[in-house]
Amino acid sequence: MTATGDPILESRDLNVRFATPDGEVHAVRGVDLRVRAGETIAIVGESGSGKSQLMMATMGLLAQNGRTEGSVRFRGQELLGLSARALNRYRGQKLSMIFQEPMTSLDPLYTIGRQIAEPLVHHKGISRAEARPRVLELLKLVGIPEPERRLDSYPHELSGGQRQRAMIAMALANGPEILIADEPTTALDVTIQAQILELLADLQRRLGMAIVFITHDLGIVRDFAERVYVMQEGRVVETGPTAQILARPEHAYTQMLLAAEPEGRKPTVPAGEPLLLEGRDLKVVFRIGGGWLSRVRHEVRAVDGIDLVLREGQTLGVVGESGSGKSTLGRALLRLLPSEGAIRYKGRDLQGQDRAALRPLRRELQLVFQDPFGSLSPRMTVGQIVTEGLLVHEPELSAKERDRRAAQALEEVQLDPLMRNRFPHEFSGGQRQRIAIARAMILKPKLVVLDEPTSALDRSVQKQVLALLRELQAANGLTYIFISHDLAVVRAMADEVLVMKDGRVVERGITEAIYERPHEAYTRALIAAAFRHEARSGVS
Amino acid sequence: MALAQRPAEEPAGAEPQRGRSLWDDAWARLKANRAAVASAALLALMLFACVVGPWLSPHPFDAVYRSYVKVPASLAPYPRAEQIGPSLESALRRARVTLEDWREEGGRVFVTVTSGRAIDPRTTRYLDRANDFSDTRVEEASEDGKRMVFSAEVERLYFLFGTDANGRDLLTRTLIAGRISLTIGLLATLVALFIGVTYGAVSGYLGGRVDTMMMRVVDILYSLPFIFFVILLVVFFGRNFVLMFIAVGAIEWLDMARIVRGQTLSIKRQEYVQAAEALGVGSRGILRRHVVPNTLGPVVIYMTLMVPKVILLESFLSFLGLGVQEPMTSWGVLIAEGARNIQGATWMLTFPSLFLMATLFALNFIGDGLRDALDPKDR
Amino acid sequence: MLSYVARRFFGAVPTLFIIVTVAFFLIRVAPGGPFDLERPLEAKVMENLNRIYQLDKPLWHQYLLYLESLLRGDLGPSFYFRDFSVSELFARGLPISIQLGCAALLLALLVGGLLGVIAALRQNRGTDVAVMATATFGITVPNFVVAPLLTLLFAIWLGWLPAGGWGDGALANKILPILTLALPQIAIIARLTRGSMIEMLRANHIRTARANGLPGYVVVGVHALRGALLPVVSYLGPAAAALLTGSVVIETIFGIPGVGRYFVQGALNRDYTLVMGTVIMIALFIIVFNLIVDLLYAVLDPRVRYD
Repeated sequence: MTATGDPILESRDLNVRFATPDGEVHAVRGVDLRVRAGETIAIVGESGSGKSQLMMATMGLLAQNGRTEGSVRFRGQELLGLSARALNRYRGQKLSMIFQEPMTSLDPLYTIGRQIAEPLVHHKGISRAEARPRVLELLKLVGIPEPERRLDSYPHELSGGQRQRAMIAMALANGPEILIADEPTTALDVTIQAQILELLADLQRRLGMAIVFITHDLGIVRDFAERVYVMQEGRVVETGPTAQILARPEHAYTQMLLAAEPEGRKPTVPAGEPLLLEGRDLKVVFRIGGGWLSRVRHEVRAVDGIDLVLREGQTLGVVGESGSGKSTLGRALLRLLPSEGAIRYKGRDLQGQDRAALRPLRRELQLVFQDPFGSLSPRMTVGQIVTEGLLVHEPELSAKERDRRAAQALEEVQLDPLMRNRFPHEFSGGQRQRIAIARAMILKPKLVVLDEPTSALDRSVQKQVLALLRELQAANGLTYIFISHDLAVVRAMADEVLVMKDGRVVERGITEAIYERPHEAYTRALIAAAFRHEARSGVS
Repeated sequence: MALAQRPAEEPAGAEPQRGRSLWDDAWARLKANRAAVASAALLALMLFACVVGPWLSPHPFDAVYRSYVKVPASLAPYPRAEQIGPSLESALRRARVTLEDWREEGGRVFVTVTSGRAIDPRTTRYLDRANDFSDTRVEEASEDGKRMVFSAEVERLYFLFGTDANGRDLLTRTLIAGRISLTIGLLATLVALFIGVTYGAVSGYLGGRVDTMMMRVVDILYSLPFIFFVILLVVFFGRNFVLMFIAVGAIEWLDMARIVRGQTLSIKRQEYVQAAEALGVGSRGILRRHVVPNTLGPVVIYMTLMVPKVILLESFLSFLGLGVQEPMTSWGVLIAEGARNIQGATWMLTFPSLFLMATLFALNFIGDGLRDALDPKDR
Repeated sequence: MLSYVARRFFGAVPTLFIIVTVAFFLIRVAPGGPFDLERPLEAKVMENLNRIYQLDKPLWHQYLLYLESLLRGDLGPSFYFRDFSVSELFARGLPISIQLGCAALLLALLVGGLLGVIAALRQNRGTDVAVMATATFGITVPNFVVAPLLTLLFAIWLGWLPAGGWGDGALANKILPILTLALPQIAIIARLTRGSMIEMLRANHIRTARANGLPGYVVVGVHALRGALLPVVSYLGPAAAALLTGSVVIETIFGIPGVGRYFVQGALNRDYTLVMGTVIMIALFIIVFNLIVDLLYAVLDPRVRYD
């Protein structure tokens, strides 16, 4: 269905600037945008492209240091420069918005029912009791289970997906003409993501409002939006019907975004290769509580009896949703967490070795973290960070020699070695992840656990980091354990896959076999959710 | 997002680029904070005045001028013209001679005295002994010695801040008091810093049961009224200047220990510490390279804010009469005296209060500036 | 909830025990005794006094005796105020201190909270800067400076209020002490409220409330303020305990017969029981107010549960 007629929301030459202590940031640069009644548009761009600020400006939600220029009209009425009171005749009534962070976007101190009722109470002038049936209706509409009970629940008693549904219910309370959804599924697990997208599509069919979808994920756009705006550095670089943009992208940036989906497959390692790492009946149990006076002791079995075998040169992909225990498994295998069961590295038992005995082995067993902002010590230079392992494992090296090695290691991860005296905060996310990789690689490890190494990165950067990891593996004969919630990435990187849920292995096998012929329902759901856009667009 | 993928683009042998560390950034931000810079300048001035001032002052801090008890602050010198007469009279009454006439000429007074008996020329000493006059000479004497003319130099004394209830110069005493207060502030802070950082870092890093026990001790100390300790220490060891700041420092470390422990606990959970553990770095290396440098920010901030707290605490104790002993003094002592003499001698309260407040203000602004500089997310 | 309160009180017993023990022995180790006057007493009289007050027994025995009387709820006789027991002294002074403290606390909460909210809403503008400068003033200037300055202004220059004395609780006599007690608290609460309010106003759920077009008073008053109060509440516990147990400075300067001065007087005069009584009283206030704070927390924040 393609909407026609005059646009109901129209921005012309919209500029957003932020005054910061380090100078002015021009976040949105002269954007023209139109939304017609009942249509779905998508604004696509990577982090920092200004796509969120564009809509924040429309809704009058900019931070205090933000200024706008240009014009945004809703049905002819200029919205920019309206007082908060005047703007509130539109916000929550004609225009409403949902956000990326379902965990924090609801007030933790009030019940769901009360919060959903608030837009009704304040815009329609009805009492909270009168609003209750409508709230219940809304909760049913967004598919929250047991809506009567949930009315009186607090946000912390709901799961992430349920909270996002509650957010949507709140946004729909007054039947808006436009719903702005700012990365509404990014913080959710893949299976939940799919459900929320389904819900939004369904609601649009039933209620007929226009949806403005802000996302970094072209996969969602493919299936969902009629028109696309591609944004880069505050500007709209390309716009048009979705099918046309996806099929024949004209701007280089759009082409890059489209090409950024990870590609390639890793060939299987022959069964004859020597065993590197072996885990038998591995268990990690966290005990929560049990202080001085509290008798309540709570046990969480984060990893619950896992066996695995890793041969040299292999990449084992570990996939699962958040809380499945995949990160814990990676840390336990490196003995960074206490665990039960056997861990053998090159036939040697790792369990029962003390810290000193493990130290020489540490250089062969390395770890790369998800968050490149948290994993680099903020007050050390990049050179110091990269060479810290050498202090432990090659203490005889002179400072000069270490410096030379740092330069070499940075070059290996394609960073300018002249930057080795700089500090982590001076680098972008992708650069930082390269530094983290260099820190692991300088020790010439045999096994590297990669814990969501690309999840915090934009797609285009992600692709480059994956390529780097692949090159390093080929050049140094590395073995990887690749932990990720992103099934597309794992498919490109791993030759064997282990699917985890609630600390247990649901399914395992050769990557292609798992992706082509999943046996378990859970695996099928994960794959369907991750690849549903590709699959559908393949059909169409 | 541009990635730096230009290995060895620069000519060979190029110097590595200098990075801007977080400290550099913080320093630049601090220098841009006008209130903090002005406060630092004021504080430097205060320090200089308190250290050097008492040496430059013409009055020793414990010199008593009996004729100038509680004289108001003034830019004009003492004695005032109208005070010379009464002052001469009282000095000469003690000498048992009668003042007949006096006049002032070029900074000297010429005094005509008479007596029923012959006047001993040594009577001049009585004038010298009064602190307004010096260099008294006999200018003329009648034949029978019953009438003499003395001349004496009038001592011009300046009491810019007035004098206290004992007739001591308040300016000198305020500066000397500043020395004591600032020294105690700094030394006690260092004591607190040393104990607090060590205790907190050990507690936080060891964690587990040791941590629980160590923090339990801190909790218990917290619930004891703090002056209890100081009063007991003062009682034990007498009012000793050195012990003063040890006592104060020994209380103030509690907060520092909590802050450092909290920081250590949160840093311990940071991924960069886990990364170091994965590299095989030992406890000492982790503490030295990762934990301590990252606790420094809050510690520095807290330290700047602790100096005024300690000065305040010392003043408070002095106010209660538990501080330094006479004739030594501190701002708290002076303020307490000022409060007692508030009816009629307001300068005794205002000047020491002004000095104390200025110092505390400056320190607070520097502390706030440091916090903004080191922890910029709050702006 | 009740069982939680009971558990908390039960849990406070060991802490209280340790405090009593440490305080008891610390004060006894100090040189001097309660009957060391300027002019030494006759040996016989001294001996009698020591026997009457059981100071002739070994220290550990005295300690046990004291614990025993504590269990009976008896704080013992005062050594310095000979005609009174410690409990009687508290019974006279505590109502006065609590009265002043409560009034100051209430004043501080209202004025400080209001100033903090206003400053947060006008962040980095003139009002904010003015409020924060005033707050820094309030925190910086110690009460023993504020009290005489206020006296100077209102009592001596303007002559509106009496310079001191309790005047049997006349309102005019209470104004200056309450003001002096409240000023630093106003400043601290204003700063705290501003800080947490600013943080709250940036929170995601406030953005949600704005996006839903809720009016400003709802966004600020209903959503931001409740969350912003949490840190203020946890500050109020210890602050209330300190305010209600009197202030030695204010009682000295204004001549108020509260309990704040007993500790210093007791320590200087080696009035063992009075010092011990004061320590126990203060500790009890701290324990009770910390508990109240925790319970208030549970009321304000549904995520906190004590079951």
